[in-house]
Amino acid sequence: MDFRLTEDQRALRDGMRQLLRARFDREALRDTVDGAAVGSGAAAVDGAAVGGDAAGTALDSGLWRELGQAGLFALRAPQSAGGVGLGLPEAVLLFEEAGRALLPGPLVASHLAGSAGLVAGAEDGTAVVTAVEGTGPYGGPTPPVEHLAAADAVLVLDEGHTVRVLSPGELAARPMRSLDPLTPLHRVHGRRESDSPGARAAGGSGREQAVGAGVLLREAVLLTAALQLGSACRTLEMAVGYARQREQFGRPVGAFQAVQHLCAGMLVRSETARSVVYAAAVTVDEEEISAAKLLADTAAVGNARDCLQVHGGVGFTWEADVHLHLKRAWLRAEQWRTAVTSEERLASALLCPI
Amino acid sequence: MRLAYTEEEEEFRARLRTWLADVLPTLPPRPDPLDWQARRTYDMDWQRRLYDAGYAGLHWPKDAGGQGATPTQHLIFLEETEAAGAPYVGAGFVGLLHAGPTIAAEGSPRQRARWLPPILRGEEVWCQGFSEPDAGSDLARLRTRAVRDGDTYVVTGSKIWTSHAEVADWCELLVRTDPEAPRHHGITWLALPMDTPGVTVRPLRTLAGSHEFAEVFLDEVRVPVDNRVGAENDGWRVTMVTLSFERGTAFVGEVVACRRTLRLLARRARHNGRWDDAAVRRRLGRLNAEFSALWRLIQWNVSEAAHGLRQGGTGVPGAGGSVFKLRYSQARQELYDAAAAVLGPAALDLAEEWALERLSSLSYTIAAGTSQIQHNIVAERILGLPKGR
Repeated sequence: MDFRLTEDQRALRDGMRQLLRARFDREALRDTVDGAAVGSGAAAVDGAAVGGDAAGTALDSGLWRELGQAGLFALRAPQSAGGVGLGLPEAVLLFEEAGRALLPGPLVASHLAGSAGLVAGAEDGTAVVTAVEGTGPYGGPTPPVEHLAAADAVLVLDEGHTVRVLSPGELAARPMRSLDPLTPLHRVHGRRESDSPGARAAGGSGREQAVGAGVLLREAVLLTAALQLGSACRTLEMAVGYARQREQFGRPVGAFQAVQHLCAGMLVRSETARSVVYAAAVTVDEEEISAAKLLADTAAVGNARDCLQVHGGVGFTWEADVHLHLKRAWLRAEQWRTAVTSEERLASALLCPI
Repeated sequence: MRLAYTEEEEEFRARLRTWLADVLPTLPPRPDPLDWQARRTYDMDWQRRLYDAGYAGLHWPKDAGGQGATPTQHLIFLEETEAAGAPYVGAGFVGLLHAGPTIAAEGSPRQRARWLPPILRGEEVWCQGFSEPDAGSDLARLRTRAVRDGDTYVVTGSKIWTSHAEVADWCELLVRTDPEAPRHHGITWLALPMDTPGVTVRPLRTLAGSHEFAEVFLDEVRVPVDNRVGAENDGWRVTMVTLSFERGTAFVGEVVACRRTLRLLARRARHNGRWDDAAVRRRLGRLNAEFSALWRLIQWNVSEAAHGLRQGGTGVPGAGGSVFKLRYSQARQELYDAAAAVLGPAALDLAEEWALERLSSLSYTIAAGTSQIQHNIVAERILGLPKGR
């Protein structure tokens, strides 16, 4: 047993961090937010349908292709198929970095499509792929679909079924006024007639894939957990950085134990989550993946809230980045296995013989 | 990121399992938990069996009589012994986990030869005289005085929270030898024979009703200078050599036990109908996630420690263990609170399984550094926040 990052894994993670620092730094993040604020506002006003200009932020297709070239989407496709040939642990490390940087876009679905070869162009970032999540055995409402307007294809992942690929036009969906300024959301009502012109134009979608949805669902849950982990680590850094520099009563607020303990609690959350997220990437065990998502959600949401608290009044402003992390964390917590589902699964697992 | 064990590690596990399967049925019946002498005898008998089988001082260096096992082998040992229901280290705790390693690291050849073998063979029990009524989390405030008189120290003061004091042969004692020096610099480490005149042990009753520790009163107790490990006034450093590094293996057995308890709890809930309550199910489900994560955190910390040792270091800094301890102590309390939720009114009956553990779990956020101190350590040493106030 040697449960640590290998040199190669470290290098891969550092490379991704550098790429994102160069291509999606804080300035780029804030520019995207400013652009999106206008877009999503318009969508709320006229309630435009899918494909309309007002349905939300357009993704930066240049950045998306760069991510594709860097191997983010084809990471796990075999080298014989033009992929990078790496595994889930490596994917988790890259998604953790994406989560840190608050990188917008349907990263999970595009990665699944690119690595499993489900949608042509997904692997190199020339096609953007989003996904619709089935309700699963524990019921509950279907979560909204993200970045529908920017997507070229939609994966339908329903537990117990095979994967289907639709064109975005085949979904009957209405835009929501998304809580997360960087993630446009649509509420899905069902499917349109499959022989509608929109569907055919998109190239014979709706085809069944030989791949079972279960495997991809598990991976989606795990990669979302990795995004949450990255966000949790980032908000911890932000809180610590601010607590060191902000002075009140003649000393940095980070010298007050009340603030210190908030920050220490954040580290406990993120490190606990990290251990199980990384382990789940190795074992790909259903139960462990639920644990990973549950604790990563808790860490991302909890850390964002505490980070906001440490920032005081500044944390409540639009200008600070904290709210972007919190909103994304809330969204991710609703996607790909909610707390209720994870907890119920983990409870049932306790009754299974070992 | 490799979670699989190597062939060598699996061989170690297999050999251990075989031995446990052979030896456990031959053990005497468990002693009455209130009978300290019987507990000592039982624990020392187990230690002797470990010694004879070559498992004593597993994590001690070979030149100290230990096995020089890797942190991963130690993890496997603790996991397997707990899973098999083997006895816990018990009265051997301080000797094997702190006093012994301290003597191994800082003692003279004569001191090592005198004190280490009886610890490994299960012949002598050690207890710890660190905390005092006025020196808890702030240990460096300790005031028990030792005044040099020829070739002895004359020690006067009192110690508290001393486990196994009633049955110990030796006490690793921290005393103040220079009251004028800065607090960390006037402390000395002594080995005190517990049968020395002037030593009085008074058991302390815990809120769980049992006597798990004692107060130790020292009234002009004479300790030979030869019993000093390290230099005079260097006792703080001597103590911290062992305390501030760890191999990530503390609580391995307990986490294994907690995970088993959780499964039993789910069955009990299923049986008594509490399982129908979604809130109870979800609570147990979340605890399942927490303890899975804690197990992985142990493996992570052990891997880090093993790596550190391979690089010639001493293990992982204790600060890394603080993260684990903070979460574990809390999770353990949550586990037994969940047990009470499953038991309902039966949790008020101390004869019920888990009712007593619920009480003893309350010490976890206090013992070995309160959660508040652990938060301070994490904030200052890991996160680099300014020194708190």
